[in-house]
Amino acid sequence: MTDLPAHVTANPRLGSWVAVADGVVEVRVGKAELGQGIATALAQLAADALGLPLDRVRTVAPHTGLGPDQGLTAGSLSVTQSAPALAHVGGVVRTLAGPTASVDDYVARIAGLDPALDLTDQPAAGPVAAAAVGADVPRTDLPDKVLGRPRYLADQRPPGLLHGRVLRPPSVGATLRSVPDGWKAPGVTLVRDGSFLGLVGEREADVDRGLDQLARDVDWDEHDLLPDDTDLPTWLRSGSHEDVPVLDEPGAPGPGSPDALRASYSRPFLLHASIAPSAGLAVWTDHGTHTGVHVQSHSQGVHGLRDAIATTLGLDREHVTVEHVENAGCYGHNAADDAAFDAVLLARAVPGRPVLLRWTRPDELTWGPLSSAMTVDLQATVADGRITSWSHELWSQGHTARPGYAGNPGLLAGAHLADPVPLPPATDPPAAGGGGSTRNAVPGYAVGPRRILGHRKTDSPLRTSAMRALGAHLNVFAIESFVDELAAAAGADPVDFRVAHLDDPRAAHVVREAARLAGWGSAMPEDSGRGLGYARYKDRGAYCAVVADVEAGSELRVRRLVVVADLGRVVNPDGARNQLEGGATQATSWTLKERVRMDRRRLLSGDWELYPILRFSEAPEVVVHLVDSDQPPLGAGEAAQGPTSAAIANAVHHALGVRVRDLPLTAEAVVRAIENTE
Amino acid sequence: MTELVVNGAPVTVEGDPDTPLLTVLRDDLGLVGTRFGCGQGLCGACFVRLGDTVVPSCQTPVWQAEGQPVTTVEGLSAEDTPHPVQQALLDHQAAQCGFCISGIVVRAAALLEEEPDADPDRVAEALDRNLCRCGAHRRIVDAVLAAAEKVASPS
Repeated sequence: MTDLPAHVTANPRLGSWVAVADGVVEVRVGKAELGQGIATALAQLAADALGLPLDRVRTVAPHTGLGPDQGLTAGSLSVTQSAPALAHVGGVVRTLAGPTASVDDYVARIAGLDPALDLTDQPAAGPVAAAAVGADVPRTDLPDKVLGRPRYLADQRPPGLLHGRVLRPPSVGATLRSVPDGWKAPGVTLVRDGSFLGLVGEREADVDRGLDQLARDVDWDEHDLLPDDTDLPTWLRSGSHEDVPVLDEPGAPGPGSPDALRASYSRPFLLHASIAPSAGLAVWTDHGTHTGVHVQSHSQGVHGLRDAIATTLGLDREHVTVEHVENAGCYGHNAADDAAFDAVLLARAVPGRPVLLRWTRPDELTWGPLSSAMTVDLQATVADGRITSWSHELWSQGHTARPGYAGNPGLLAGAHLADPVPLPPATDPPAAGGGGSTRNAVPGYAVGPRRILGHRKTDSPLRTSAMRALGAHLNVFAIESFVDELAAAAGADPVDFRVAHLDDPRAAHVVREAARLAGWGSAMPEDSGRGLGYARYKDRGAYCAVVADVEAGSELRVRRLVVVADLGRVVNPDGARNQLEGGATQATSWTLKERVRMDRRRLLSGDWELYPILRFSEAPEVVVHLVDSDQPPLGAGEAAQGPTSAAIANAVHHALGVRVRDLPLTAEAVVRAIENTE
Repeated sequence: MTELVVNGAPVTVEGDPDTPLLTVLRDDLGLVGTRFGCGQGLCGACFVRLGDTVVPSCQTPVWQAEGQPVTTVEGLSAEDTPHPVQQALLDHQAAQCGFCISGIVVRAAALLEEEPDADPDRVAEALDRNLCRCGAHRRIVDAVLAAAEKVASPS
């Protein structure tokens, strides 16, 4: 019984994983459907593991009281972590219950298994031939969403429902000065705890109107705490930092090494910018001997959220239940957990009544965790057409502040309570988890001795946390832009130059294949250019190469992206392609358009005109090719972002001969780069 | 009191006639398929058909909908028959989180009535007031084009 899957060891009871209802095997999973299709992919894995047809298996959303704790739905790890766990669970079930000639009989025998059965001391039958895995199974959640049925958390309307809103402070660090004595508005009840202000009411229209009135009637003390958003690289390098050393090999270029080529790259703060504002639904119940709360949330980690709620309010965690309910797309640690906690605070004021709390759009775009601005200094030496040494030094805020991370509950409203639970500065996942600021800071190429060093800024007023790819987005953008610059210095073709420095044949293959499919080297129209970017996500995940075709005439347009990825074994190829298309398209938006603006007091990104994202007529054609592989699955959701951004910048350089190193890559940035070159 | 015709059925709603149509649809009529995305008329998630035009229902006071038929995403499909745009979106798996998709269905259905020959650029342009964050844009455009073909020559 060696090598048990980690998620089985952590969740050893059969009943945490499997139950039977209405002749269907319900497989409880600890991974949440975020719009990425994981509920369907895990159903495919479970069906094969159990030896059942797909229509007799249904995945059930994460639930702290009933399902397994599989940590976060993050890091492109859901399939990687769940496949072995489900294989073991299914193997045990097959050993104990069948399968028999009759599916009905087999399901009935599964229903008769003891939920308390310990999976860790049971023999598991070996794998059976894949039936569902590898097929383009349509998403089970999409019909509701496409047909406009109630499906999302925001659509829940349980009996006795109250609607809730929170009035957030107008700026970071603002504190409540005063609420008029006896403040009231029609149809709403005010909930106050320190600087936390909320409203609940029977009718949503009253609550919205009440919120507008409350915003007009209260006064805040505000402070000018924010950086100059026109010079973030300087600000990121200033103040206090924690060093994140990665590699320091003898012979690597030190700071300002005279023989090295060098360049600096940066990106601004970015937003999750989900299409729905975050929501939470909570019911606070007095059980006589204790109080408890039941929460529905679109969090990426219901167990961490449960613990954070319990810690912040001093509740026994057994009395807090959190279940996952889908809402709009999630690209990392957004405001979902904060909204869940807001709902809890409002529900506490009206015990026994369910409260559906929804954030406003301006709050979603200004109070959700940001994705950190970053800057990177690269240096390298080149001799005889080869890179001979390399240095990568970066400055960033931390890339995780998730609930419970580093022992802090980290819930936004906690910091506003009369008895506050402050929000500590963001930190980074450990190197074993792929790191955060330094994720993908080590180039995937044979470059001789390397010096890789991160500086994590610890004194920022801005709250940052994990967003898709974390630091890998800018690190890969910088490395892959710089590799093109080095290839030019060496007089080499960028594709040949990369392949010559790649020892891993899977890496070289995706680079060559992307170039071939994109027609690398073929003639292009005037003002057009073609560029490539490559990375292996987290140095251990998916291999991905992207070729961008851009038009850089009167405006800058990305016409086409060719994405070639080696994801290992793929559970649902169309779902994986959808993830890569989406990742590449979203990264195009980050690259061309996105930047959080701020003055010294307030974030200025409170609507879609102030924080524009890619529109339909700007979206590139995306061609995805998956490499056939029988290797272990590597995840897909975060493979394309860094390579896409670099490919676009490299294509712009190919088209115009100018190098834009500071994102976003707007027409103004191109003009600025031309002026700086002249 | 406001008299409306929603998805072909006459309904009377109580309350302030300045209430956004979106709130009335979702809270009073139980038609939650029309989604709240921004409340500022800038994302398209709450698009409904009002008479012949597509409007953001979050910015449409309910009194303005009196006297004109309202069609929501629920009104575009019959019990067992999705609208051709919806069927094509499912056939192409042209969504990720799907939160934007109700508004896109409404906008695209109106487009195909007005311009059944719309080409890819025209479809994309027509959807420019609908935001999608997951990056399903090109799948959605392809699905709408496939729906147009289906409508033009039903098999």
